[in-house]
Amino acid sequence: MVGASGTRPGISTGGASQPVQKAGRLEPEIRNLIDISGSQPSMQALAELYLDRARWASQVFLRYDRDAVMRIVDAVAETAHQHALKYAEWAVEESGFGVVAHKKIKNELTAHPLVAAYADVDFVSPRIDRANKIVEIPRPAGVIFALVPSTNPISTVNFKIILAMLTRNAIVLSPHPAVKDCCIDAVTTLAAAAEAAGAPPACIQVVDTPKIPLIEEFMKSAKTNVVLATGGTAMVRAAYSSSNPAIGVGPGNAPVYVDPSADFKKAAHYIVESKSFDNSVLCTNESVLITVRDCHDAVESELKKEGAHICSDEETAMLRNFLFHAQGFNIEAIGQDAIWIAEKAGIKVSTKTKILVAPITKIGIEEPLSKEKLCPVLALHVTSSPLQAVASARAVLRLAGAGHSAAIHASDERMIFQFSSQVECYRCVVNAPCSQGAAGFGTGLAPTFTIGTGYFGRSSVGENVGPQHLVNYTRIAWNSSHDEPFGNFEGIHQSLDGPLPEAPSDGVPGKSFSTGSRSSSRDAIQGGDLNHAELRRLIAEELRLALRGDKS
Amino acid sequence: MSEAKLEFLERSRQFWNPGKTQDWQDFGVDLVIDRRERYHLYDMDGQRLIDVHLNGGTYNLGHRHPELVEVLKAGTNRFDMGNHHFPALARTALAESLALCSPNPAMRYTIYGSGGGEAIDIAIKTARHAVQKRKIVSIVKAYHGHTGLAVKTGDDRFSKLFLSEDTNDEFVQVPFNDLDAMEDALKKRDVAAVIMETIPATYGFPMPNEGYLPSVKALCERYDVLYIADEVQTGLMRTGEMWGITRYGVKPDIMVTGKGISGGMYPIACVLVSEEHGGWLKKDGFGHISTMGGAELGCVVAMKVLEIVQRPQIRTMVRYISDYIRDGLEQIMDIYPDFFIGIRQHGVVMGLEFNHEQGAKPVMKHLYNNGVWAIFSTLDPRVLQFKPGLLMTQEDCEDLLRRVEIAIGLAEAEVMGRYRKAGR
Repeated sequence: MVGASGTRPGISTGGASQPVQKAGRLEPEIRNLIDISGSQPSMQALAELYLDRARWASQVFLRYDRDAVMRIVDAVAETAHQHALKYAEWAVEESGFGVVAHKKIKNELTAHPLVAAYADVDFVSPRIDRANKIVEIPRPAGVIFALVPSTNPISTVNFKIILAMLTRNAIVLSPHPAVKDCCIDAVTTLAAAAEAAGAPPACIQVVDTPKIPLIEEFMKSAKTNVVLATGGTAMVRAAYSSSNPAIGVGPGNAPVYVDPSADFKKAAHYIVESKSFDNSVLCTNESVLITVRDCHDAVESELKKEGAHICSDEETAMLRNFLFHAQGFNIEAIGQDAIWIAEKAGIKVSTKTKILVAPITKIGIEEPLSKEKLCPVLALHVTSSPLQAVASARAVLRLAGAGHSAAIHASDERMIFQFSSQVECYRCVVNAPCSQGAAGFGTGLAPTFTIGTGYFGRSSVGENVGPQHLVNYTRIAWNSSHDEPFGNFEGIHQSLDGPLPEAPSDGVPGKSFSTGSRSSSRDAIQGGDLNHAELRRLIAEELRLALRGDKS
Repeated sequence: MSEAKLEFLERSRQFWNPGKTQDWQDFGVDLVIDRRERYHLYDMDGQRLIDVHLNGGTYNLGHRHPELVEVLKAGTNRFDMGNHHFPALARTALAESLALCSPNPAMRYTIYGSGGGEAIDIAIKTARHAVQKRKIVSIVKAYHGHTGLAVKTGDDRFSKLFLSEDTNDEFVQVPFNDLDAMEDALKKRDVAAVIMETIPATYGFPMPNEGYLPSVKALCERYDVLYIADEVQTGLMRTGEMWGITRYGVKPDIMVTGKGISGGMYPIACVLVSEEHGGWLKKDGFGHISTMGGAELGCVVAMKVLEIVQRPQIRTMVRYISDYIRDGLEQIMDIYPDFFIGIRQHGVVMGLEFNHEQGAKPVMKHLYNNGVWAIFSTLDPRVLQFKPGLLMTQEDCEDLLRRVEIAIGLAEAEVMGRYRKAGR
C-alpha cells in the first residue's frame, strides 16, 4: 500500500489540527504563530478532509458484494459485543450518566441481535419483481454524517455503524463532547475491525474535535448525503435546516396508560423495570403514568412492591424544584439513580428504591414534571375515565415528545386500539417496558437507537430508523404491455470486484510493478472465472499481436 | 479563441516572452490561466481544466487552498517578508517544524532560498564547504533548476544557451540507474556530493531500480561523498510518505524541498542539513544572503502546508487516488495497448509512457481540448507527467479518467494515423 514500511494509512480518527509532532520544545506558541484553527476556512477544509475520504470509501464500497458486506458487518458486531462492557464502563465514567450493567446490555443489543434482525434482508443485491416487471437496484446514500448523543453513546455508535455497513455507506460520526473520548475509542476500534474484515479504509470515521462550528460545516456540506441526527432538539433542527437530507428525530416524553383491564402487578413490574433501565436515559422511557381513579390504589400499591417511592405533595414539590430550573431540566440529574436524586432533592427514601413517582394534577406548561425526564422519575396523573386518560396522553405529547413513543398496559383490544389511534405517537408499546420495547428490544419493532418521530414530531421518518432509510433504489421499469416481455435479470449484477487493487510503488522492493503485488491481487479477486478486465486484456493482447504483424 | 485572448497573446509576445508564448500556440495549447480553484483551472475564455500538472507539485494541495489563503491573509496582519539578517520568529518556527519531520534525524538546520534553484545552489555550496571538494555528480537528464550551480547539474540545453555550462569538469553526469557509472564517478574521491531527484521529474519519472538509491547512498558513504536529495517533486506526501526518499530507505545528508512547500501561495524553498554538514552556518552565518529567501509570510504558509500534509487522513487520500487512477489507467491501457504502453508510478507521482518519441505532446494537446491540463516531460517527450494532487476528490478523479480515455484515443488516431501514412 501507499505508505508502506509498516505505516498503513491511518484508519479513521485523524487529529487534523494537531501539530506536526509532539515536539516538547517551543510548543505551541512558535508553531502556532498564526493560528487560524477557529476560522471558517479551517473548519470547512477539515470537514471536507473527512467527507472526501468518506466519499472515496463509499465509492469503493459499491464494488462489494453481499458476502463481503456481511463479513464486515459480522466483524463489527463481534467487536462491539466483545467491548460492550469496556465501553459501558467508560461511557458511564465519562458522562456520569446511566448504569454500567444496562449500558452493557444496550451495547450488546446493538451488536449481534441488531444484525440478526436484518439477517434476511439484502441491501446489496438487486431485487426482481416479475409481477410488476421491475428490477430494483440498491443505491446507497453515500456519505452519512451521524450525531451521537451523550445519553446512549456506544449503543448509538454501534447502531449507526452497523446500519452504514449493512448498506455500504461511509459514515462520519460526531460524538457529543461529554462522551467524546469513549466514542472516539469505540469508533476507532470498530473501524479497525471493519477494515481488518476488508472494509474500504476510512468508511468509518469519527470527528475528534466535535465543536459546533465544525459540526455545522459537516451538516451543510454538499459532500454530505444525509445527516443522521440523534440528540437534542437544537441539533436536530439544525440538521433539518442544513439544506441536506436529514433523518432527525425529536425528543421523547412517553405517556404510559394503565387501563382497568390491565394486570396491575405485571404493569407495575414492567414500568419500574423500564424506568430504572439505564436510569431512564433512553428517550423511549415512560415519562408520565396515567391511570383512572378506579384502579389508582391498586396501581400504586403494585408500584411500591416493585421498588417505587410514591412522593407526597411536599416531596413532589421538592423534586420539581430540584429537577427543573428556570432554564429547563437540571442536566445534573440526567441518568442518575433514584436514590441519588431523592437525596439531592431532600427526600428520604428506602435504599431499595428504584424509581420515584411524583403525583401531579396538571399536565401542560404549568407543570414541568409533565415534561421529558431522562432520569428514573415518573409523573403520575390520575384521571376520571379511560376517555380522559386518552385526552391526558394527548396532552403529554402536545407538550413535548410528539411522534415519539407511548405505552399502554391493558387487555382490552378496543381500548388499546383507541389509545394508539388517538395519541400522537408512532409506536405504542403494549404490556412491556417502553424504554426497551419502543426501541425494538422485546417487541416486534425494528431494533433502533434512532426513533423516527415522523410528521407529528417534525421528522422525515415515522418508524424506527433502520438500514432501509439509508438506501434508495434505481428501478428498472419495463413496459407493462404484454407485447414487451420482461427480461431475465437472474444472475445479473453490478461488477462487484471488491477492494481496489493496490497501485505499485515503483522501485520500492516488493512494491514495484515488476515485482507485481498488483497483478496477483487482481487475479485473486476473481477466482476462477474470466472477468471483464481479464477478457479485455486478452483481447488487447491479441490486438497487439495482430497490429504488430500488420506493421512488419 | 476570443478576440480578447488573441489580443492578450499578442501583448504577451510583445512584453513578456515571445518564444514561450508562441511555442504553446504551436503545441496546440492556447491556455491563458485566469481563475483557479482547488484542482481546477479556468482559461480566460472560460474553459475548465482539471490540473494534473500542478507545476511539479506546487499545487499539491490544490490551487488557493482555503486554509493557505486564510493563513496568508492572517499572516499579513503581523508579518511581511522580514529582515533576512536577523533571527526571525517564523523562519525559526518553520525550521524547527522541518527538523521534526525530516528524513534524517540528524538534520537540524534549515537554510532558505526564494525558489528551488537557489536552494539547490545552497545545497551544493553547503556540501562543497563541508567536504572541501568541488566536484558534483548528477544524473544525465537531471533537472534541478536554472540558477548558477543548479543549471550546471542538468541538461545542457539550459546552460549552453547562456554560455553557462560547466567548463572546469566540476560537474559530472552519469546515467540514472547505472551503479557502475556512479561508482566510476565517485571512486577517485574528488567528489563533494551526488545530487539526485528521488524520481527524475523532467525526465519523465523513470523509476529507480529496486535498491538503486540505497546503493548510491552506500557508494557515497564509501567514497566520503554527501548525498543531496532533491525532494522538490517527490516530497510532501506525494509518494504516501512525507519524503519520497524515505520510501527507498535512504537517509540523505542534505535535502532540498521547494514548489509544494510554498502551497503555491508564497515563494519559498528550503535546504535541510545536519549540524555536521552545515559547518558554514557557524563559521560565517552571513555566507549565503537572500533577501527574499525564507520570507516570513512564506514560512507561515509553509508551516500550514506541513501541518496539512501530515494529517493522518492524507495517507488514505493518497492511497485511494493512486489505486483508483492506476486501475482506471490500466483499463485505458487495455484499450490502446499499441500507443499507451506504460505507467510509471509511485503514489501520485506518475508518468504515462507512449509508443512514439514525441507521443506525450499530442496527448497533452488532446487532454487540453478535453478539459485536462497535464504536461509532457521536457527531457523525454514520450512521457506525460501525470500528477494528481493529494486532495483530489473521487468525482474529479473519475471525470479525469473519462477525459484521459478520450484524449488518448484521439492522440493515438493522430499519431498512429501518421505512422500508417509514413509506412506506405
